[in-house]
Amino acid sequence: MIPAAFEYYRPKDMAGVLAVLEEHGDDARVLAGGHSLIPMMKLRMAEVPHLIDLQDVAGLTGITIENGTVRLGTMTTQATMIDDAALLAAAPIMREAALQIADPQVRYMGTVGGNVANGDPGNDMPGLMQCLDATFHLVGPDGDRDVAAREFYEAAYMTDREDDEVLVAVSFPAPEGGYAYEKQKRKIGDYATAAAAVQITKENGVCATASIAMTNLSDTPIYSEEAGEALIGTSVDEAAVEAAVAAMLGDIDPTEDNRGPIEFKRHAAAVILRRAIARAWSRA
Amino acid sequence: MADKMHIKMTVNGEEQEFLAEPRELLIHTLRERLDITGPHIGCETTHCGACTVTIDGKSVKSCTMFVAQANGADVTTIEGIGDPDNLHVLQNAFKEHHGLQCGFCTPGMITRATKLLEENPNPTEEEVRFGMAGNICRCTGYQNIVKSILAAASEMNAAKEAAE
Repeated sequence: MIPAAFEYYRPKDMAGVLAVLEEHGDDARVLAGGHSLIPMMKLRMAEVPHLIDLQDVAGLTGITIENGTVRLGTMTTQATMIDDAALLAAAPIMREAALQIADPQVRYMGTVGGNVANGDPGNDMPGLMQCLDATFHLVGPDGDRDVAAREFYEAAYMTDREDDEVLVAVSFPAPEGGYAYEKQKRKIGDYATAAAAVQITKENGVCATASIAMTNLSDTPIYSEEAGEALIGTSVDEAAVEAAVAAMLGDIDPTEDNRGPIEFKRHAAAVILRRAIARAWSRA
Repeated sequence: MADKMHIKMTVNGEEQEFLAEPRELLIHTLRERLDITGPHIGCETTHCGACTVTIDGKSVKSCTMFVAQANGADVTTIEGIGDPDNLHVLQNAFKEHHGLQCGFCTPGMITRATKLLEENPNPTEEEVRFGMAGNICRCTGYQNIVKSILAAASEMNAAKEAAE
């Protein structure tokens, strides 16, 4: 499996990255961990005449938690997210989700930026970022731009990012309350048949806030505002959970593929969301 | 065709310098250019783990890295872990506990397991299974692989205690 030939660049700063993007337009792409792009290049489903490796670009790694905001540089790997004690304290859902991505070798290479910017509906981080109401930070020739994760995804592999922009970081308010990232997959390393990200807060035994997003059940991640609203003000009893599940099922639009027919995916989505709500509520 | 690049890397402690097209996959560099044939090509699609090597302290599937990305890197393959006259504890444990049958996945298994035990010297059985989930074996059913890694962990821990 030999990909088509390409010119390779390894700039040391963003100016160097942007210069190549500006010169070559959509003939150029950035490479983070490469574990989505390289397989596509090997299959020749992606041809990238100018490949810009971000590994030496300064300032793209690291996790900072300041004034209640969590910020991850785009090159932060899943392995780093799993091992970072401060991130675990501030947003434990990140570790729970990262552990369910791919396998150990892939997690040493796979990055948060690659996972969210690729626009693959199978990636886990986009739904999670929507659940956390994250902001994506982009840099382009005209300067910096912030986009809400809930506004970023347009269709499979189509996002609000322009060809000459680079996603340099994600940030989100440190979540409060209970959390769960629940994922159904056929085997370790697989993309989700259905996955749910849930954050929930409890006050006096009643649900005060709830945020719900689903993975791989449409051509984009699905933030289901109505599903969250169905839980707010309730004791998260069976009726409330079923109302949330019904709202979520109204928002998703799965297609048939080798993970199963549509009816099965809707069934799996409902089971996964019930489990995620139960676990998040038990932790709230 | 893109120009060849001047590549420098350390493989098993030895400096290597050569010209290569950036698109060359690291597994092909190792096997075909440097004649380091311990890492195997099983699936060539990031699934099986037979091509696992250690790069700058990370377990990596070398079929999913361009040689250009590994420019300047420190690479360790199974050849850098032990040799027939001086087996690594893990290699010996795989031998003792029947952790291999055909042996095709074994270089990747052992290379991954060295890193797993470095990060978690005293893993539970579940942690071994989770930590080895990127490596596929089609012979053993994994039972004896897990047994071998747990045995190697106890042996390495006992040796460490004896040394202290």
